[in-house]
This record gives sequence, C-alpha cells and structure tokens, in this order.
Amino acid sequence: MTHDLRIRPEGDDRTAVVSLSGVSLSYGSNAVLQGVDLGFAAGRITALLGANGAGKSTLIKALSGANPRYTGSIRVLGTEVALTSPSVARQHGISAVHQKVADGIVPGLTVAENVLLDNLAGAGGVLRNRRRDLDTARSALALLGLDWSDRVLSQDARDLRISDAQLVTLARALRHTPRLLILDEPTSALTSAEADRLFDVLRSLRSDGLAIVYVSHRFGEIEALADSVVVLRDGTVQSHSERPFAWNGILHDMLGRATELAQKREHVHRGTAVVAEVLAVPLFPEAQPLSLTIRGGEVLGVLGLIGAGKSELAEVLGGLARPAGGSLTLHGEPYAPRRPGDAIAAGVVLVPEDRQRQAILPGWSIARTVSVPFLSESSRWGTLRRGLESDRARAVVADLEVVADSIETSTDDLSGGNQQKVVVGRWLSAAPRLAVLDEPFRGVDIAARRGIAAHLSTLAQTGSAAVVFSSDVDEILEVSDRIVVLVAGEIALDGYADTLDRAAIVNAFLGDHQPERTTV
Amino acid sequence: MSRISLDRVRGSALESASAGVVRWGFVAVTVLLIGFFAITEPNFRTVDNMFGMLKFIAPTAIAGLGVMLAMTVGGIDLSVGASAGFAVSIAAWTMVVGNQVGGVAIGVVLAGGALIGALNALLIVVARIPDLLATLTTMFVIVGLKLLIVDGKSISSQMTLSDGSTAPGRFTTDFLWLDRGSIGPVPVPVLIFVALTALLWFVLERTKWGRALYAVGANAEAARLAGIRVQLYRTAAYIGCGLLASVAGLLLAARIGQGDVSAGNSLLLDAMAVSLVGVSVLGMGRPNAWGTALGAVLIAVMVTGFTMIGLPYYAQDFGKGIVLLVALLFSFTFSRKRTVVVAGSMTN
Repeated sequence: MTHDLRIRPEGDDRTAVVSLSGVSLSYGSNAVLQGVDLGFAAGRITALLGANGAGKSTLIKALSGANPRYTGSIRVLGTEVALTSPSVARQHGISAVHQKVADGIVPGLTVAENVLLDNLAGAGGVLRNRRRDLDTARSALALLGLDWSDRVLSQDARDLRISDAQLVTLARALRHTPRLLILDEPTSALTSAEADRLFDVLRSLRSDGLAIVYVSHRFGEIEALADSVVVLRDGTVQSHSERPFAWNGILHDMLGRATELAQKREHVHRGTAVVAEVLAVPLFPEAQPLSLTIRGGEVLGVLGLIGAGKSELAEVLGGLARPAGGSLTLHGEPYAPRRPGDAIAAGVVLVPEDRQRQAILPGWSIARTVSVPFLSESSRWGTLRRGLESDRARAVVADLEVVADSIETSTDDLSGGNQQKVVVGRWLSAAPRLAVLDEPFRGVDIAARRGIAAHLSTLAQTGSAAVVFSSDVDEILEVSDRIVVLVAGEIALDGYADTLDRAAIVNAFLGDHQPERTTV
Repeated sequence: MSRISLDRVRGSALESASAGVVRWGFVAVTVLLIGFFAITEPNFRTVDNMFGMLKFIAPTAIAGLGVMLAMTVGGIDLSVGASAGFAVSIAAWTMVVGNQVGGVAIGVVLAGGALIGALNALLIVVARIPDLLATLTTMFVIVGLKLLIVDGKSISSQMTLSDGSTAPGRFTTDFLWLDRGSIGPVPVPVLIFVALTALLWFVLERTKWGRALYAVGANAEAARLAGIRVQLYRTAAYIGCGLLASVAGLLLAARIGQGDVSAGNSLLLDAMAVSLVGVSVLGMGRPNAWGTALGAVLIAVMVTGFTMIGLPYYAQDFGKGIVLLVALLFSFTFSRKRTVVVAGSMTN
C-alpha cells in the first residue's frame, strides 16, 4: 500500500478550512456515517470516493446543512459551528452543488434570477431592479469565465441546456465567496468537452485558494483533477491518500476486495444471427437516415455525446417514439411498436436514461417495482399471485446482488446503484430478445456496473441482443463487444472492440464536434 | 460508539411505536368513540342504530370511494357531489315525468354517471386540462344541466308540469326499495356500501388492474415505460368515479323520495374528507377502499353521537374538520411513508 491508511489527525486544524471529527448520522436504525474524521485544506481538491451507499451523499448533506441531524463536530477555521440549514452553511462559507441539476434550477424564473436565487430567498429589498440583477448575475458568471448576453440572462431558465444549467448552479454557489465548495458528480450530465471546461474553472478556483470537495465515480476525472482522495466505505473513512494515487489500493478500499481498475474484455464475441434492423431511420429531421443491424450474441455499445441521437435511437427501439421515416424489423418481421407495451410484448425492453423520473415508483417496494411490467405474468384471471411476484423479485435481488433487507424494502431506501440494479434486473428477468439500456451506469459504482455488464454478457450468450448507450468511452469499452459511435445522428464508426483502439474511438466520438467554447 | 447503538435502539422503538400509532390510531379512535357513546347513550348501542348510522353514511362513503378511485391514478374529482345531485334529479325525472319504472331510472342514472366520468376523462386525458380545473368545470356544467332539465324545480309525484297537467308517474316501490328494503336485518344501502368497498378493495389490492392504477398514480411516466396503458387506466378511473357518484345519487334519491334539486350539494366535501381520511386510516399512505369506508364510519359515529348527546347540528362540521386535520397530520407529518395524493398535478 503506498497510500496513507492513517486518518488525518484532528491537529490538522491549522491548515484545514473545514474539519470534521466524529461525525455520525443515522437514518432510523441505519447508521450511514460512523465517526468520520476529515479535514479539507484551502487550495486543494479532495476527491470523495465510495461505492453506492457508502455514505458520500449523506456526508455532503451534513456538510452543506441539508441534514442537520448529525452528531460529532464540524469546525470552520477551527471554530465549531452548528450547520442547521443550507443557508447557515453558506454563511459559514460552505456551498454545495448537488448532483441533480434540475433540482437547482427554478423553471419559470429567468437565468439571472436563478443565479441570484439565494437573494430572492433571503431577507432584503422586496422590489427587484432588473438592470441591477442582470449586472450582478453577469459578474457572478464572469467568475466562471462566462460572458452571457442580456438576452440569455433574461430567458426562462427552463430552456437552458443541462450543462449551462450546471454552470448556473455553480455560479450561484460561488456568489457567497465560499471557503469550501462541494460538487456532487458535477459531470454526470455533461459531455466531455463541457466537463473539460468545468475542470478549467475548478483549477482556477483552486489556485484562488478555494477548498473543493469533488465527488465522482469517474476515476479519469479524479486522476486529472484531485490533490487527494478520500475513500468512504460503510460510513467510515477507509483511506486518505495523496498524489500519486495507487488506484488498485483505492479500489480495494472502496469495494473491500481486490479489483482491477482497467478490465479488458477477455473474449470479444461476434454475433451472427440478426435480431433487429434499423432501416433508413432519420434520428433528427435534418440528419441522414441511419441504418444499423443489431445482432444476437454480442453486446453492442453505442457511444455518443449528448445530442448525438442516442436517446432518440433508444426511444425508437423501445416504442416510446415512432421513427420519422424508414422502418424497423425484429427477427425478420416488421417491427412498429406504437407504445412501450407493444415493444415489451415483442420482447424488446428499455432501461430508460432517467431512473428517478422514468422507472422508480416513490414508496414502492422492490417486489412491487420489479413486477410492474409483468402484471399479467404474475396473475391468474387478473388476480395477482403473491408467490409469482416475490419469486421474480427474489431472483432479481439474488442475480444482481441487490443490497437490501428484503424484497419488501422500499426502493426509496436503496442507494442509486441498487435502485439501478433493481430496474435493470427486472427487465433482464423477462429474458428479452433485445435489451436496450440508455445510460445505465449513471451514478452507479464500479462494482454495480461490472455486475450489470456481466449480466448483459450472459444475456447475449443466450442469443439475445443487448444495446448499451453511453457518453462515456471507458464504460463503452468495458461492456461492449461491438462499438458504434454516433455523431449528429449518423454512424461515425462501427467495429468490434478487439479491432479498434481507444484513440480511434475517441477521435470518431469527438469528431467534428470539438469543444465549442461559446454557450447557449 | 455506545451512544450510536443506544440511539439506534431508541430510534427503532420510537419508530415502530409511531408506525403503530399511524396504522391503528384511527381504528382505535373509532372504537373508543363507539365505546364512549355506547356507554353514555342507551339508544346508541342498539342494532337499529348501528345499521342506521351505516345507512346514513352510505351515499357519502360511496361517493368517497369514487374520489378515492380518482386519487389512485394521481387525480381528483370535484364533480362527485354534482354527479350525485344530477343522478337524484334524473332518477326522479325519469320516473315522475317520463313515467318509467325504477329499473329504467337506475339504468339511465348509471349511464349518465358513466358519461360524466367519460367527460371528465376527455377533458383531463385528451384535452389535458389539469384535473382540479377540469372537474370543477364539469361540476358547474352538470349542476347547470340538471337545473335546465328540471326547470330549476324539485320533482315530486303529482307535481304540476309546465303545461298545467299533472305528472304521470311517481317514485316506484322497486326504486324506493333501494333505501327502505333490507335483506335479513341489513338495509340495502349498507349492503351496497359494503359490497362496493369489498369489490374495490379486491380490485385495487389483489388484481393486476388495481396495481396498474396505483402505478399510474405513483409515477405515470414509469408506468408507461413499463408497458401500462396510462391513458386507458386514467379514463377507467374517472368513469368508475362517475359511476360510484351516481350510485350515491340513487341512494339519496330513494331516501328523499323526490327529486330534490339541492340534493348532493354537501356531498362533495364529505366525500373528499372521507377519502383523504382513508389515505391515513390504515397507515397505507395511499388511497384505499377499507380506509375510505372506515373514515366514513368514523364520521357517521361522530355525527350520530354528537346529535344524541345533544350537540347542535352545526357542531358536526367542526368535528369533521378536526378528524380531517388529524388524518392529514398522520398522512403527511407523522408517517415515514411518502403519501401519494397529488391533486392537480397530473396533466399529461
């Protein structure tokens, strides 16, 4: 082990801007954080790593005042503070940008008003001065090197692209000149060019002396950005290491077992039987028609930036949208689903991109969530058979190693990765002919990702086809036998993983779409 | 560490205690109230009174089951009171002016209820008007339509029609049986109430259709992606609600024995209250049939008991308000379960 297993002592308060000692937090009987001791120093980026459910989100909630029920002490510049609410945390110089960008944006308000949202919430003048607001918002955005026009600042924030919305929430967090900035998976909705731009901003903030906590599942980003790495597991700090990072050790600390970071596919399978064909379907009105043959026996990875047409293709396959032209076939027969139910009946299942919005039923147990698409299979004469439902749920929990007390546990109480396993697992339990997964690994830790990937491989070995859509090159390289790169709704590259090298894929992937510096 | 484990124990004990209160609190309150009135009021503890209370509350409970059905798909129906009132006038008009037998009147009323439900579904599902606004509109439209049909008058046997002649028909005995009849000791309205409760409970809890309705209410987009025909289920829920409201109207009409134009006016608020109480009664955190029925029974016990101990009739609303307040506190404040009553939010 090259990294320092010793936890930073409390005596480090001289350099730490914010330090925690003995911070614990429980949800009911579930102790999520147990005696966490940590310090965050000025001018440093600390990456916070951990598997799903390790306690990262909870730690962030305690630090940002979103969950004041913690025990133990948090000190800012050596003085103990009680972080009872987000605005108190902000007053103490702790600002957080949460994972879900949409939660940070108020639709219906202008972009400028969204930048200044904390002013609206706080005390002070009732009357707003539009001119002054625009100027204040512009100077806040200038911190990030952005120069948005009045027209952009006055438009409804709902119309912002997700990456720009992300920048708005970041600008808002920086307005309070924080001492500590917390970023929770800030790149999960960004394209790589947008992420690069964010990294530039973060590096310049670091050189201005800001302490930054950076949460991500993407090791590449952490390698590029972080000064130190803190690994959480089961609510405790497992290790705290400095550059250069010993990744295998870090992975071991994260997962509690030895795992290789880079996992090459041992066998690249080549499918033969055609499962589905996309014939001359234009993904966008102005795009060239796209044709693609999907074969059984292989996992097809479709790589593309946001806006490359991934979701459009996934939706056409899953029966959510009708193709604008052309046609589809499934096992040689014409395939024209009018709604998701038709696709499911034909053996095509879709794991949608946005788990919370499109798959999770608030308050529902694992068993009920699993059985929703299979109500007819789980019933006789319309009457549900509990046994059939729980058999399926138990099989899903066992197959995908879902961590839960029982199949009656509410999905609300599961971590993101385990929720995703439930959603993916229920579809795989139908033994589909074609499984379509749109960004299945977003917010999912490496162990869960490997588990899902292994199941896709197994599914493909039964002769079915699996298609994974992602904007992350490494995810695609890890799970795919065959790789297709989509650029602006057209296929830029199509080949088997063992015949392609990473550079060629990245080249095709970024293609003519090299980073645009201007936004909106 | 010892402090943490202590907290853990205390937390779970507290939690299970509060879960128990949430789950059984309302049942306990109902039983206590029944016990209190049974001891203090000799008239209360008679079998006749027990059935009388259930009979009295049956129309409210059935309309409440209708609102509950709309709530399962994440909607709300403000037109149940108006639908029931419409049913009262239409039943009377069919028998008294149209000179038809009770069976025909029942058929006409049920068809009318289904049509009102279909109109709501059309406005909400197809025209995409938010449910709160759509059913508010429907409420006005059907109240107005009713008044137009009956010339703004209550319809009774032997009434004088606008052309000076006497109305040919009357409330037939088979129709009045709906209120006055009984099978064994059990009055017909109570049977209908219990049967509909059991049927809805079975459909919602034990069949795939019920599960699909709840899925639509919990997350319509997730339900659609799981292959559920969301619009179909929402339409069915509103039609079911319209039907239940018209059954409530039939019982009211049979009770009053004439086509009172003001019948059903107060039904909406009681039905809403009963179905909202129902969400919390068994701690289920979602609209459900037994809870709605229990909520109705609680209100019946309260109203009857209050009357017997001599409280003025205007104290009843205050009592209902307190019951509803407590129920909502249980559903939204004390319960760890996320309560899924989202009126006015499902528009697409």
